[in-house]
Amino acid sequence: MNGAAVSVQSDAADLIEKEKRKRRTKNVLKGILFLLPSIVFFSIFLFYPMIRTVYLSFFLTNASGAPTVFVGMDNFIQIFSAPLFLNSLKTTFLFVLYTVPGTIVISLFLAVIANEKLRGIGVFRTIFSSTMGISVAAASVFWMFLFHPTMGWLNQFLSIFGMEAIGWLTDPKWALLSVSLSTIWMNIGFTFLILLGGLQSIDSYLYESADIDGAGYFYKLRRITVPMLSPTLFFVVTVTLINAFQTFGQVDMLTRGGPQNETNVIVYSIYRDAFVNYQYGTASAQAVILFAIILGLTLLQFKLGERKVHYQ
Amino acid sequence: MSHIELLNVSKSYDKQRSVLNEIDVSIEKGEFFVLVGPSGSGKSTLLRMIAGLEEITSGTLHMNGQVVNHLPPKDRHLSMVFQNYALYPHLTVEQNILFGLNAKKMDKKEQKKRLHETAEMMGLTELLKRKPRQLSGGQRQRVALARSVVSEAPLCLMDEPLSNLDAKLRAHMRMEIRRLQKKLGLTMVYVTHDQVEAMTMGDRIMVLNDGKVQQVGEPIALYNEPANVFVASFIGSPKMNMGRAVVKGQQLVVEDSLSIPVEAADVVDLPKNRKMIAGIRAEHLSQVTSDEKTHVLDVISVEHLGNETMVTFEVGREFWTAKWLGQQIVHVGDRVPVGLSVKNISFFDAETGELMKAASSQKQKEGVAI
Repeated sequence: MNGAAVSVQSDAADLIEKEKRKRRTKNVLKGILFLLPSIVFFSIFLFYPMIRTVYLSFFLTNASGAPTVFVGMDNFIQIFSAPLFLNSLKTTFLFVLYTVPGTIVISLFLAVIANEKLRGIGVFRTIFSSTMGISVAAASVFWMFLFHPTMGWLNQFLSIFGMEAIGWLTDPKWALLSVSLSTIWMNIGFTFLILLGGLQSIDSYLYESADIDGAGYFYKLRRITVPMLSPTLFFVVTVTLINAFQTFGQVDMLTRGGPQNETNVIVYSIYRDAFVNYQYGTASAQAVILFAIILGLTLLQFKLGERKVHYQ
Repeated sequence: MSHIELLNVSKSYDKQRSVLNEIDVSIEKGEFFVLVGPSGSGKSTLLRMIAGLEEITSGTLHMNGQVVNHLPPKDRHLSMVFQNYALYPHLTVEQNILFGLNAKKMDKKEQKKRLHETAEMMGLTELLKRKPRQLSGGQRQRVALARSVVSEAPLCLMDEPLSNLDAKLRAHMRMEIRRLQKKLGLTMVYVTHDQVEAMTMGDRIMVLNDGKVQQVGEPIALYNEPANVFVASFIGSPKMNMGRAVVKGQQLVVEDSLSIPVEAADVVDLPKNRKMIAGIRAEHLSQVTSDEKTHVLDVISVEHLGNETMVTFEVGREFWTAKWLGQQIVHVGDRVPVGLSVKNISFFDAETGELMKAASSQKQKEGVAI
């Protein structure tokens, strides 16, 4: 009698367990079904090319990009001993150094002044964010005119003060700075918009409370605005940094990597190796290195930056 | 001596939508002054105008005898507690409390001294190194209070500071704020939509509705002699029972269903055959034995609160609630005898809503007390 009761009980437990397992499998299958479009999309356009790039970086290829000879780490050794690549590595880091802080500081300044509640402030917000809507190609053409050695406005402006004309895009000393300048201008729109959004989400009560306490403008900026904006700033810095490492369009349009390879950033160097010199192996190796650098820096940034960010 | 004086203060947005109309009031030094009204009545706007966070459209605001309309908040020597506390989420409790003193570049030693005194008083000593998100609602509230106390400003403004707390904690903080105000001798302007808070905390209350002052006075005065129908129904819980009434001969007829005998002396100042609103407090709908009854009413709802019982009756188209002491055995659908006296009824003009005659029994009681 007692034994029968126990067996009925364990039967019931078994049944519940079985039913639970069934439901779990069903849930997993359903979840995968929902993910399927993303999985397919990312596999074709992201995962496969990435794996293929790593694979190619260990091979020599023919002109059509098919692997021919396995060379192991030779591609990496070769590019690291090539002065051209080391130069482009240096150029890329300089370019990042010129553009990222500049973009952030200028956008933050514009966002702070555009956050004031004034009549017609919408006009300024539109102007400040408008570069977001301009394609790199169009912006580059526009800057090309500005940089033009004789007709360009920049040199004409200098000549008013009796200064000598500068070869903005042709002088090796100036070329990288010029490209950086135009890049900052192009990036401001996006960064400004994100920072303005961040500023608007700060609770106005905090400022009112500070007003009553008698805090001055810069005290509020330092003690409230910047700390409260830190998650947004962190995001913007990360995105701008990654973007800067991947710059291609304006280099291609403005200088084509010249003069004397002074603006030959890594992505442009990859492009030239792959699609001008048909060296898919070394191009892939460079791409892998660039990937490693960006990944490393982003991780480092998360490690160091996260502590200083105040999420609400 | 009056601390704050408002003369004809008005507020309107875009020169048309008016939020506050000609507010005239004077708040004494050391007084606990409560602004109460339903949401949208303009009470918070008025407080923010006193603080200097909102522009005053017209009229003058005096503090200590001087016009301060033009002064920024920091020069008005006041502190403010916001509804959501406005604590800085990225700063610790200590930094939050010292934020204002730091901004004024006060001597570090003095800062330390005040911090410790305040933290001691508010029971925050253990929590100084924590961030606001690691605190409970009551603790956050306490930090907000501490921030206002530490400034040692003689005037403190509070904008619904207790509305985010649960009922039990609210009752406790009510007492604590009141105690703090008396101890420090602060002038307090306190905004709330909760009439219980207003009644229990205020030395004086100002009732606002639709941007107009309805009545200013002591809590008991507002309860006994509400200036109009709005105040009568807003102050007191449950709200005052009301019904359309008219005097016909020796009878007061309420809602065409209740006839209450009146003597000539009771209605001598009331116009005959004029539409009025009669109001009676829940405690004056008294419980009587069948011998003393004046009326018999149908019970439509009973609420047992333990120490008292709320019984709701149907009177014409209105629902009247009676508050009886003790645990009464009454059921829905019963016909219950009640005692109603014209002495407990307040009369309001049906058109303007203004008070015509307050319940006379209260005056007698006050007389006895003196």
